[in-house]
Amino acid sequence: MDAIEKHEGPTYGTFIAVWGVLIFLTAMLVVVSRMGHGPAVFALLTIAPLKAGLVVYYFMHLKYEGLLLKTILVVALATLIIFFALLFADVSFR
Amino acid sequence: MSETVTGAGHGEYQTAKLGMWLFLLTEITLFGGLFIGYAYMWSRYPREFHAASQELNTVLGVTNTMVLLTSSLTMALAIASLQRGLVRRAMGLVSVTMLFGLVFLVNKGIEWGTKFRHGLWPSSPEMLKLPGGQQVFFGLYFTMTGLHGVHVLVGVGLLAVMLVLLARGRIRPERALLLENSGLYWHLVDVVWIFLLPLFYFAA
Repeated sequence: MDAIEKHEGPTYGTFIAVWGVLIFLTAMLVVVSRMGHGPAVFALLTIAPLKAGLVVYYFMHLKYEGLLLKTILVVALATLIIFFALLFADVSFR
Repeated sequence: MSETVTGAGHGEYQTAKLGMWLFLLTEITLFGGLFIGYAYMWSRYPREFHAASQELNTVLGVTNTMVLLTSSLTMALAIASLQRGLVRRAMGLVSVTMLFGLVFLVNKGIEWGTKFRHGLWPSSPEMLKLPGGQQVFFGLYFTMTGLHGVHVLVGVGLLAVMLVLLARGRIRPERALLLENSGLYWHLVDVVWIFLLPLFYFAA
């Protein structure tokens, strides 16, 4: 009797590959940030979420989870983004 | 069939996993609020934030990023090992993850220690001489990296408990949920730092 619950999931190789990409993206973040203030902000808003997305999708297994969980996370992140937007909508016009 | 072997049905497994994710969402809200505060203050004091951020040690910051990213890898590998029935390897990888966490905290301690040696800590005399905007930057710096550091410390403690449970066979390949949920917590701590790095060290 197979007692070990079969988990669909990544191989060691997948995890190591994702880690490699994360290290590379961190290096890119440093390089782009040194190019100036504008590029640094751009890197914060693009490279950082990309890294976070990779950790959430692969390391945190979200790729293999059901639709409910994915939806809950998207809704939560959208709420946070809305908070940001509302703050700046308020603050920008003072 | 899985009920008789694991003692928990598949539904309970999914529910427990969802519960952990909901807790992580509260953590995202906690740090998210602080990030919003940072964003607002940054928009008010752009020059002071830039000046203050020059004081930070980017080498240590980037090193710590590499440390946490690698710790996330070893954490994921630990869970994958357990799922393949390799309990001793899983324990080894959990131990390595804990070690990386401690390295992170030591680096953080060095960073903060350097600030303190330069007379910079919250409300220190040196601090109070700085322009208001720079004081806000450092306040946010100590608060956010401090709160994150506490989370790392808690994570290391959590993994220590997992190590004991693995040794005792309470966590097994067919009962891996506790380790998986601990992994989720650990990865979240990594994700928060992924944002803290550019926020304080590069984009200010």
